[in-house]
Amino acid sequence: MADSTRCHSETPACVILTYHDDLRRCIVGAMAEFDAALSVTGPAYADDAAVVARLRAGEEMAFTELIDMYQGALVRLARHYVDTLALADEVVQDTWIALLDSLPRFEGRSSLKTWLFRILVNVARSRRRKEARTIPFSSAFPIADNEAPVEPGSFVRSWIPGRSGHWLQAPSRWEDQPEQVALSTETRSLVERAVGELPPSQREVITLRDIEGYGSDEVCNLLGISDTNQRVLLHRARTKVRKALAPHMGVQP
Amino acid sequence: MSGKLTCKQLVMLITEYVEGALSARERASFDEHLMKCDGCSEYLRQLRTTIGIVGRLREDDLASPARDALLAAFRDWKSRTA
Repeated sequence: MADSTRCHSETPACVILTYHDDLRRCIVGAMAEFDAALSVTGPAYADDAAVVARLRAGEEMAFTELIDMYQGALVRLARHYVDTLALADEVVQDTWIALLDSLPRFEGRSSLKTWLFRILVNVARSRRRKEARTIPFSSAFPIADNEAPVEPGSFVRSWIPGRSGHWLQAPSRWEDQPEQVALSTETRSLVERAVGELPPSQREVITLRDIEGYGSDEVCNLLGISDTNQRVLLHRARTKVRKALAPHMGVQP
Repeated sequence: MSGKLTCKQLVMLITEYVEGALSARERASFDEHLMKCDGCSEYLRQLRTTIGIVGRLREDDLASPARDALLAAFRDWKSRTA
């Protein structure tokens, strides 16, 4: 769940940053920003005001601190919206510039991190739409969305009290050694495809929650949706992916 | 919710259960059903397996562009807003 571009050394004040081998270096600092960088959640709101002030004063170090903290997670997230890493890099670069341009409007009501990632989501979404317009056919006819988490008719329909609503036939057990099946490239591409075929808002929520490990509060903040809404989308996404996976893992969905 | 859960209702509530969003009473009702129902236990197991597999889609190591490009963008922004 934590940013894997960062590894933790013995000294808490030392953050080792890795982009490419030739950029590896160690930064030692006692500033609050670095302490915050070691946690997953980022700086507290009070620190944000200081960071924003330093950015607006044109201080490069303030900017590189932000990059070090969030670049990895931003690229990873952007990569879910576009087809290539190069495009993801462009999205993130546009995001940083948009962040800087938006600073006069940042009021500190949300954390700077939330502000930044919200910008990323919007930039990534619009880039995805732009890229999709160059693919003539695929996005023109969206597949009808079957919302049922299991096949219709899976449950008993009966007037008899106590009979209705139970499994007509219980779901078949999946592979007894799920680890081996789960690790196979076949399974992975099947799940990738299933997630890719989800309606956009479901895909976003399952990506943020289950792939990238963001918490439910963070996701609600990022997407501007309620907790209930987020859970509904997550439910639909997860049950749909399970359904897509089932024929690969057992006998029937 | 009043009374006992049907399997159909359980499936509808399964994400709220996994996310810890059910009340204590709802959760007890859910657990009671699970204890007595192989079908629903299996469904929950499958859903958890699914979440685990989805989690594996996370890219571990994404190469990032050199910092220089980003710093250049910062300097450009500085000069634009000076």
